[in-house]
Amino acid sequence: MTAAAGGEIVQFDNVGLRYESSREVLSDVSFTLYPGSFYFLTGASGAGKTSLLRLLYLAQRPSRGVVRMFGTDTITLPRDRLPLLRRRLGVVFQDFRLVPHLSAFDNVALPLRVAGVAESELAQPVRDMLEWVGLADRMAARPATLSGGEQQRVAIARAVIGRPQLLVADEPTGNVDPEMAVKLLRLFEAMNRLGTTVVVATHDAHLLRQVPDSLIMRLDRGRLSDPTGALRYPPRRAVGPL
Amino acid sequence: MDEPDSFATQRRLSEPAGPTGPEDNAGTDRRRWSRQERAQAQIVPQERLQGPIPWVIAIMVGLMVIAAAGALALRNTGRAATSDLAGGITVQIVEARPEVRARLAERAALVLREQPGVSDVELVPQGELDALVEPWLGQDAPEIEDSAGGSAYADLPVPALIDARLAGPADPARLAALRAVLQREVPAARVDAQSTWLTPVFGAIESLTWLALALIVLLGLATGAAVLLAARTALGNNRGTIEIVHLLGGTDAQIAQIFQRSTAIDAAGGSIAGFAAAWIVVVLLGRTFGALQAGLVTGGALGWSDWAVLALIPVGAVALATLTARWTVMRALKGML
Repeated sequence: MTAAAGGEIVQFDNVGLRYESSREVLSDVSFTLYPGSFYFLTGASGAGKTSLLRLLYLAQRPSRGVVRMFGTDTITLPRDRLPLLRRRLGVVFQDFRLVPHLSAFDNVALPLRVAGVAESELAQPVRDMLEWVGLADRMAARPATLSGGEQQRVAIARAVIGRPQLLVADEPTGNVDPEMAVKLLRLFEAMNRLGTTVVVATHDAHLLRQVPDSLIMRLDRGRLSDPTGALRYPPRRAVGPL
Repeated sequence: MDEPDSFATQRRLSEPAGPTGPEDNAGTDRRRWSRQERAQAQIVPQERLQGPIPWVIAIMVGLMVIAAAGALALRNTGRAATSDLAGGITVQIVEARPEVRARLAERAALVLREQPGVSDVELVPQGELDALVEPWLGQDAPEIEDSAGGSAYADLPVPALIDARLAGPADPARLAALRAVLQREVPAARVDAQSTWLTPVFGAIESLTWLALALIVLLGLATGAAVLLAARTALGNNRGTIEIVHLLGGTDAQIAQIFQRSTAIDAAGGSIAGFAAAWIVVVLLGRTFGALQAGLVTGGALGWSDWAVLALIPVGAVALATLTARWTVMRALKGML
């Protein structure tokens, strides 16, 4: 499956989201993400960041509007075809969501195993990834024995191990020290240079300054602030290899 | 900061897996998939033989095997008795005067032997007749005297009996034909099919066989229900893990396979234990009944083909448990996006 004819990875058009009978938590959200873009998603608590990310990582379908990902309308897409789309995504959850009875190695290997990668082919990349996030000596550790920061690094390693086309991260640096936060951000940048579109939800203003070419998506009470239309109709940009 | 060493060369998950070189042959693939299946199975905690399911299945399979063995033994008993009695007829000579009765019996036997398709004509000896009435009259009966001082027992008009066997079944038409022939020569003769005497017994055997089959069906349903509840509990306990696998691109079939593999292993362990226990019970019961040396009971002994049928029960239980687990998980997953 390739990206859309226009090249966009994600296209939201007048998307609204409402949980059961409550008011809309997202209203008239429209934006387009192109390959190789780097976005920060910001907004106050309760602004709808996590809801927007849930739509992006296909945990939720919107109540209204159009969501196209990789050129596919995800609203009308049969659910048995969603797994293939999900394998093109990398997700860092705010609460890590590591599988408690699996080791750090097995947690990071999980997306590769789900995708059917042979055991002989996944061992080295998983070791490299864990080494890179500074957990080479904690490969056999279960999540319960890892600190919050270590768990977050395992979660990030799991999200990027499959070289996703779209990386979605919900407060990925919330539990690590500033030095590790910058290091992890550099990993996202490395991914971005390889063509991965990155969306990072964060409260951390310091992080926003670390990636000069990034775009800011600001949510306010469920609405996306886009006064210039740059998010809905972004200028095309040269991207790295996909 | 650079990306990890193997990161740049690693293929994307959405790219199709191509040949991996010389070692990419069927044997390697089988080994690889076997390792992969093991690794995938561990995604959900495998609490083998710790939950109630293996024991529930062991009990259910044990009861089903015993019920089925009972049904097969009853069927064998019925068949053996039917086979023994199918062409059997009994001719009674009802005559009060003993000398006349004996003469008529001899005459009837002679007539029967002349009939085509009739064989094994045998006058039942007086000793066997005495044994037949002994339960009602007692052993001392011959010493009972009548009012005239004679033997009351000797004067009892016990009919003479002739056993014979027809080449085919003793159907009503053949019985009518034999009656007609005997009526001409021995009017005191009454002809009956031996199977007639055991019709109520056959009816009872058939009812018990159906009862056993109904029990097997009910136990099978109970097994399915137990597995369904266990699968739902396991799903609930592992919901977080399942959601993660789901969001990482795991398909319903992959997740269901993990549960169904785990259930199949548990069910296999339970089935083997249940079958072994039931085998011991059935063999012991068989020996007990065999020691009775009663013709009708020994006809119900189980043969190899019966044991082969019984061996299908644990196999069926594993299949039922596996399919139930798959159905339950697939149905639950349909509720997720």
